[in-house]
Amino acid sequence: MSSEPGGQGLASTGRVSRLGDLDYAPAPESAAIVSIADAYGLYIDGHFTDPERHESFATLNPATAAPLARVARASAADVDAAVQAARRALPAWSALPGAERAKYLFRISRIIQERQRELAVLETLDNGKPIRETRDVDIPLAAGHFFYYAGWADKLAFAGFGPDPRPRGVAGQIIPWNFPLLMAAWKLAPALAAGNTCVLKPAETTPLSALALADILEQAELPAGVVNIVTGDGATGADLVDHPGIDKLAFTGSTEVGRQIQRRLAARGLPLTLELGGKGANIVFDDAPLDEAIEGIIDGIFFNQGHVCCAGSRLLVHEGVADEVLRRLRRRVDQLRVGDPLDKNTDVGAINSAAQLARIGELVAAGEAEGATRYTSACPLPAAGYWFAPTVFTDVAPAHRIAREEIFGPVLAVMTFRTPEEAVAKANDTTYGLACGVWSEKGSRTLWVAQRLRAGVVWANAYNRFDPASPFGGVRESGFGREGGRHGLEAYLDV
Amino acid sequence: MSERLDVRKTYKLVIGGAFVRSESGRAYAVAGADGTFLANAARASRKDVRDAVRAAQGAQPAWVAHSALLRGQVLYRLAEMAEARAAELGDHVAQAEGLDEAAARASVARGVDRLVWYAGWADKVGQVLGGANDVAGPYFNFSVPVPVGVVGVIAPADSSFEGLIDALVAPLVTGNAVVVLASQRRPVPAVLLGEMSATADLPAGLVNVLTGHLDELGPVLAAHEAVDGLDLTGASDPAALAALAADSLTRVLHAGPPATPEGGLRRLRAFVDTTTVWHTVGA
Repeated sequence: MSSEPGGQGLASTGRVSRLGDLDYAPAPESAAIVSIADAYGLYIDGHFTDPERHESFATLNPATAAPLARVARASAADVDAAVQAARRALPAWSALPGAERAKYLFRISRIIQERQRELAVLETLDNGKPIRETRDVDIPLAAGHFFYYAGWADKLAFAGFGPDPRPRGVAGQIIPWNFPLLMAAWKLAPALAAGNTCVLKPAETTPLSALALADILEQAELPAGVVNIVTGDGATGADLVDHPGIDKLAFTGSTEVGRQIQRRLAARGLPLTLELGGKGANIVFDDAPLDEAIEGIIDGIFFNQGHVCCAGSRLLVHEGVADEVLRRLRRRVDQLRVGDPLDKNTDVGAINSAAQLARIGELVAAGEAEGATRYTSACPLPAAGYWFAPTVFTDVAPAHRIAREEIFGPVLAVMTFRTPEEAVAKANDTTYGLACGVWSEKGSRTLWVAQRLRAGVVWANAYNRFDPASPFGGVRESGFGREGGRHGLEAYLDV
Repeated sequence: MSERLDVRKTYKLVIGGAFVRSESGRAYAVAGADGTFLANAARASRKDVRDAVRAAQGAQPAWVAHSALLRGQVLYRLAEMAEARAAELGDHVAQAEGLDEAAARASVARGVDRLVWYAGWADKVGQVLGGANDVAGPYFNFSVPVPVGVVGVIAPADSSFEGLIDALVAPLVTGNAVVVLASQRRPVPAVLLGEMSATADLPAGLVNVLTGHLDELGPVLAAHEAVDGLDLTGASDPAALAALAADSLTRVLHAGPPATPEGGLRRLRAFVDTTTVWHTVGA
């Protein structure tokens, strides 16, 4: 194995080049492009304000565990101020011609594009995900969502929800830490396009890009109160859920919290969309294009350290190709470069928090205790910060916790199947239903499988593809409602 | 102190991303609404029409190969260009249409807004005009709108910028290339829009703008076999041109009320066909 952090595959497979050591040299992105303040207030009614109780908490760089900034903890009174600001802004914003709302969203999209390098570095610092992903996925997609929904703002009558769709009102929006800015864009862009005003609650561990977005909204001269951003922990989120002044709630996060929110709102009949956890399966048939399938499996589970609700955390592989797939998969896992998220060569970055690292460790220990066989990349891990090496479990039984529970980390559970019927049955043997991948050169069978999978998204010979024009969301306990595409408007329209 | 002599501009054709005089060497005088001389414009020939159609044919595959999102972004950039030159466009619209400055500026602003409206359609027409079809039998069946190819546009005679936007941009949104015959009496805003399109990341040849005598050029464009769609908004004799278009089954959009966001998708639907894919489903 390579002894350097981020050691490259040629060394790890024992091939020696005449050129000598072919390890990648570090190529770190400079953090100097971002200036992070010591402390941030709440963004309410177009201003950054101190929280009522002057409470704050630290947000860390998970790659070093060093604090980046202190962030305000919003109280119920702060959440109330934010909701009131959104209520005051609602009449003018919703009465604005769609074409004018569109222009604000186009501006926001353009400014995100203009500041994309800064935002990519900031997101990587606060989240721990590799700069390659923030640069190539998170930030461009966030800009794309604003651009896409900008175009809908003056076309709502054509969206198929009736001739005169109206906004719902004030939307409360709670987002997770795995794609902080992108999730903010998924929530805000359709809501604003449809004429709603918003109170956004970023995740406790990743608030900084949402606060940078507040600065972008200022640059775009978005009217005060149209978007309010309240930082805090679960208590702040609960205050938002319970506030009588919201007309709609959208939540992305864990199934357990989603369940609590639905229960809390049960008596109110408040429109609700939930995008929750998953236990996605990649199904690999014996006629699959294996080179692509291996890359898809790797991307499916190790993209964003596995902190992806639709991660392909289960691999169902046809018995006839299982040995070859596993051999190639282990080789590819060995090649993954784990380390400094700001290094442009890094494949797998830091685990977002100590709590998440503990959760991953607990489930991996359970996998070993229940009798599954663990294979973990021997890559070296940095001493400081939160890290978990890419891990693959074989000899997994469907009843094992690692086959049933969402791990939300770089841990893959492998099982085999013999027939398409068995593959479908095993893929559906979960309470979740967010996403699946099907790998086969036989299109008719892929579609046959896709029709039988209980999943909101099915990728054929691909995984983890996202696009502003494509609806995303789950069935069963992965939640309800769709984000993205024409379908994503419905959550924010009173139709 | 002597008065500075102004530098006057020659308005050329836009063909294949280049600014050229007519291969015929001809020009004609363009007058303002009040009859005063404004400029000489190139007087395109039949061969210029054929060259423009060939350029459009060459550019269209690259345009439709762009992602729809990128096509939307490029058209939005065209709107940015037009907004930046709104004052200049306003002056020309005022001269050409005899409007006062405020009315001309308002007309340009509406045209820019309409352009933004169209830009937003690029990645949405598929969702609105296409979709899954629930056929009987083991098939996954879906329909997608596809561009017809090259659209010939007889630009509105009167509305030299605002009306032109509808005629010129609507076919682009759905992935077509265009050859525009500018308003004969009011050609300058069309030439300016052609210039902007050349700097807005549109593939060279996607937008071609010809100025000249419509009774000479219109029949050549309408009858051209490589022209797949024809917008007759500005035609003085639409029936005759429509008859010429019939020889190669060219899709024809007759003049009608200007498209507005409230006015429906007629212009977007006019120059798309539908491709339906059947795919078997079975284990």
